[in-house]
Amino acid sequence: MNISKIANLKFFYTKTQRISIYLSFSTFVLFCIGIYWGLFIAPEDYLQGNSYRIMYVHVPAAWLSLQTYMIMAVTAFIALVWKIKIMEIISIQCAPIGAFFTIIALVTGMIWGKPTWGTYWVWDARLTSELILLFLYIGVIVLYSSFVDKRQAIKITSLLSIIGLINIPIIHYSVEWWNTLHQGPTVTKFDKPSAHITMLLPLLYMFIVFNLYFLAVMIQRIRLGIYIREKNSKWMEDLSND
Amino acid sequence: MIKITKKSKKRIIRISIFFFAISSFSALLIYAFSKNMVYFYTPSQVIEKEAPLEKFIRVGGMVKKGSVLRSNNNLKISFKIYDLEQQINVMYEGILPDLFAEGQGVVMTGRLINSNTFIADEVLAKHDENYMPPEVADMMKDANGELYKK
Repeated sequence: MNISKIANLKFFYTKTQRISIYLSFSTFVLFCIGIYWGLFIAPEDYLQGNSYRIMYVHVPAAWLSLQTYMIMAVTAFIALVWKIKIMEIISIQCAPIGAFFTIIALVTGMIWGKPTWGTYWVWDARLTSELILLFLYIGVIVLYSSFVDKRQAIKITSLLSIIGLINIPIIHYSVEWWNTLHQGPTVTKFDKPSAHITMLLPLLYMFIVFNLYFLAVMIQRIRLGIYIREKNSKWMEDLSND
Repeated sequence: MIKITKKSKKRIIRISIFFFAISSFSALLIYAFSKNMVYFYTPSQVIEKEAPLEKFIRVGGMVKKGSVLRSNNNLKISFKIYDLEQQINVMYEGILPDLFAEGQGVVMTGRLINSNTFIADEVLAKHDENYMPPEVADMMKDANGELYKK
């Protein structure tokens, strides 16, 4: 299958209907398994007891919030340079998904922070930069919707996405560059991970499940984006008449 | 489909210049402010008088084993915190988070009354990045002496 075929809006729209349903359903099943694994099978922590278990949602959500941003910025760059329609759609549709992951990461972090640190929120570098990420996502959504001319809108929002990319290494390295209340990385470091294997495996599993969730929602949203853009075109009318 | 034509090359160069300008701008900005972006001072910085006296600041470090003294009839508590080189005294009155323990990290807000005494208004527990089941922690303790529970 070559790229130009997938990039063709009609081809993508007609081929992905089934896939997205299967993917959504299997993601839901795999998510339930992961939650059971994290909440019931994984052992207690020697220090935190059961409260650490929120990391099975918090950590993958935080990773995905960064990953989604990177996808948004890269597709924005491609859309800006080569004017590929589907890349424009992907880039814009990344924003609400990324905002969702960021909110999940922030809220679960706050819930965990209260019993562990003794406070819901502190203005340290990690928490603040993650909050800025949420504002960037919201900025992209608001900026895009504030233009009537969508060709103009995509240019400006793409630039905003690309500028915001600077925040990604800041979020990741904030815990190493500055003294923060947030602890350092457990998994993504050059040494071996600082979590026991029985706790690490469900975490990595949840990361994969969150990626599948991202993919499932992304496909749905791309389809939505294509529909909005092409609803007056002939092939879409033919499709809905069938 | 993705071809580098003259037009797209121009756009790539423009966007790259724009991006590098903005990132170097923010890198310099962060570098300039990095002293102010310190969330807390370490005991070494306090002893070396890098932290201001009688100002509202944060200090973080590990609670020294055997240094925690509690009062019998009120919530007053005093302890020492240390980092790799230095240690300072801390006085606090109030409720401590669950994870507060000897050998664990804390980050406190309050003020310094002299170069080695800190009056804390709030004590937060700083969690480290290690996660393990209790049995494993016990085994680590047996094997490594005081590595995990100082």
